[in-house]
Amino acid sequence: MDDKKLAIIATKGSLDWAYPPFILASTAAALGYETQIFFTFYGLVLLKKKLNLQVSSLGNPAMPMPMPVPVFMQAMPGMQAMMSSMMKAKMKKKGVASVEELRDLCLEAEVKMIACEMTVQLFDFDKKDFIEDIEYAGATTFFQFAGESDISLYI
Amino acid sequence: MAAEQKHDQELDARGLNCPLPILRAKKTLNGMESGQVLKIIATDPGSVKDFDAFAKQTGNELLSSSEEEGEYFFYLKRK
Repeated sequence: MDDKKLAIIATKGSLDWAYPPFILASTAAALGYETQIFFTFYGLVLLKKKLNLQVSSLGNPAMPMPMPVPVFMQAMPGMQAMMSSMMKAKMKKKGVASVEELRDLCLEAEVKMIACEMTVQLFDFDKKDFIEDIEYAGATTFFQFAGESDISLYI
Repeated sequence: MAAEQKHDQELDARGLNCPLPILRAKKTLNGMESGQVLKIIATDPGSVKDFDAFAKQTGNELLSSSEEEGEYFFYLKRK
């Protein structure tokens, strides 16, 4: 019986964008999919050992806020850090897994994580800052898997 | 009062939200033998559909699914 395949390309690195690739990958793996995630551009930060993911309502008009805040205030120093902490606290309170936990579950479920070699070099990232069980490759390599996948998602 | 069913292991997934109940259940099932039954208690209302879909897609049979006072009880048989 052939396992179904899921290919995900993760290009974003903010807290809100970190969840979809890891939730989809971990759930698919739990359902028996062979899953690979290709991290590129800002998605690379999701592979760092120490995560400090941020989110801001700035530029995200759809983000629910406890009370309306004028845009110019959302841009003030400290606002981004505060909004990120608030969202993380809310997630903890509601029993939502942290990104670290979801990432660990993915690795345990043998989800293959690939870092885009080109953007690692572009941003001068140090491979020592990334978690260990990942590969470094380019789009061509990823297409070997993605080309045969049943589901491929761009996040 | 829902009758307690025979089970080999129990997983307390209360307070955990999607997709943790499923992920934890999968992990626990991996460590069990074929034919053994896992009882799961969850508080996430989404878990009702999730466990039904999980059973259908993985072949681990969902023996029963019930709810009592805000808690959901699932009995899954390891395939």
